[in-house]
Amino acid sequence: MLHQLRFERMLFRRNPSAAFFNFVLPLVLLLLVASVFADEHDELEILIPGIAGMSVMATTFTALAFNMTFLREQGILKRIHGVPIRPRDYLAGVVGSAVINAVVQVVLVFAIGKLAYGVDLPDEPAAVLVYAVVGVASFAALGIAFSHAIPNFDAAGAYTNAVFLPVIFISGVFYSSDELPTALEVIGTALPLKHVIDGLAGDGFGAGLAVVVGWGVLGAILAVRHFRWD
Amino acid sequence: MLPDVPEPAIEVHELEKRYGDVEAVRGLSFSVDRGEVLGLLGPNGAGKTTTVEILEGYRDRTAGEVSVLGHDPADAPLELRRRVGIVLQSAGFYPRVTVAEALRHFAGYYPEPRDADETIALVGLQDSADVRVNRLSGGQQRRLDLALALVGDPELVFLDEPTTGFDPAARRTAWDVVRRLRELGKTVLLTTHYLDEAQELSDRVAIVKDGRIVAEGPPRELIGVKAPYRITYELNGRRAEHETDDPTELLHRLTSEALERGERLENLHVTRPSLEEVYLDLTREPE
Repeated sequence: MLHQLRFERMLFRRNPSAAFFNFVLPLVLLLLVASVFADEHDELEILIPGIAGMSVMATTFTALAFNMTFLREQGILKRIHGVPIRPRDYLAGVVGSAVINAVVQVVLVFAIGKLAYGVDLPDEPAAVLVYAVVGVASFAALGIAFSHAIPNFDAAGAYTNAVFLPVIFISGVFYSSDELPTALEVIGTALPLKHVIDGLAGDGFGAGLAVVVGWGVLGAILAVRHFRWD
Repeated sequence: MLPDVPEPAIEVHELEKRYGDVEAVRGLSFSVDRGEVLGLLGPNGAGKTTTVEILEGYRDRTAGEVSVLGHDPADAPLELRRRVGIVLQSAGFYPRVTVAEALRHFAGYYPEPRDADETIALVGLQDSADVRVNRLSGGQQRRLDLALALVGDPELVFLDEPTTGFDPAARRTAWDVVRRLRELGKTVLLTTHYLDEAQELSDRVAIVKDGRIVAEGPPRELIGVKAPYRITYELNGRRAEHETDDPTELLHRLTSEALERGERLENLHVTRPSLEEVYLDLTREPE
């Protein structure tokens, strides 16, 4: 598994556009939106964990849905199936690499929030850690599950954005989800991202954790059940 | 069972594979001894790739028994995959890694791999070791496929149309690699629709048609069984043709008679039909 993980890290470094979308884009968004609210400390306290949550989803869900579709379409998964590595070790390597990206990204976002905008680190660090870990695992499982629904790599961008963009808008990334119309708020509450963001904001443990775990379990079941090597 | 006789590397008994209503493989049986090169030869759609992919563990079977190095490939045991090398008909690779990185990474999957640089040299890619995969030509990528299948130093190698898309030089290299594998005592199952390739590389050839084996044997015997020698000559401007299993006797008789009559047999030839003629005969669609 470590062997695969090291290789996946090298693959990631070799792909500048993936590195850009994973790391730079959320940070650019953070700086842009934060510049609008530079004097409004309350808004920044919503924005920083919001961007951190968005980064979790981008580095795991979106990145893995893309990646697995590419690997499947290119026949790389089929090739991997022929070599002596257990499927779970292989997937652990691939997912582990995405998790590293997610962790680095979340730390960066909080660090920028603290250093550039003076936003305090969230309360309840234990809960923050648990939400980060559970959120990363759930979105990773959902990303792999979602890749099974994507017919080919050309469609991957459209498919992932069709999920990613609405979800970040109704989950309170840029503003408090309390301001949403009720219907959208209900949908947002049923989805995992809002709860990950609340957890990262230091709201402590709550029922939301069960929602995130539930999505993760569903994602894991679908990811395994419909897994295809080619 | 005699203790000294090792079991065959591959045993296939009454294998069947159905896709919906389509019967791709219909009761196919053969075995490959250890250290043997078997060529599965047949037209496109004959069921060669389906059969090989079942043996490689990529597909499940509808019926029949299959054993690869003593394992059922449907269980995809790790132990089996450590001892087998697979060249797929089409499989991509991570575009942004170099040839050397790819080989070193794949070597890491195996308990006792072949040296990465040695494997690169074996397939003739030493000048492209530091080239990224997406910059390789089509022929070079196929050489990389071959190298990736061999880096684990497998006992058994599956080669599914290994030279399709090769330029002539790459084809020669691939042939040399297969010959080298045989010298090293490896077992090889080769599928191809090139007759010369099957004839050149295989100890035995099995001709597959419509999901069944229609003929099987060493290339020489396959030709011998189906077709005798042919003697042709011209006498007084007329062309004559004889077929025989024993050309020595017939030739002696024909030439003695001609000499007695004081005639000459012009343009005298003794030929055997090529495997190609046998193959075309066996795989011809009924008209």
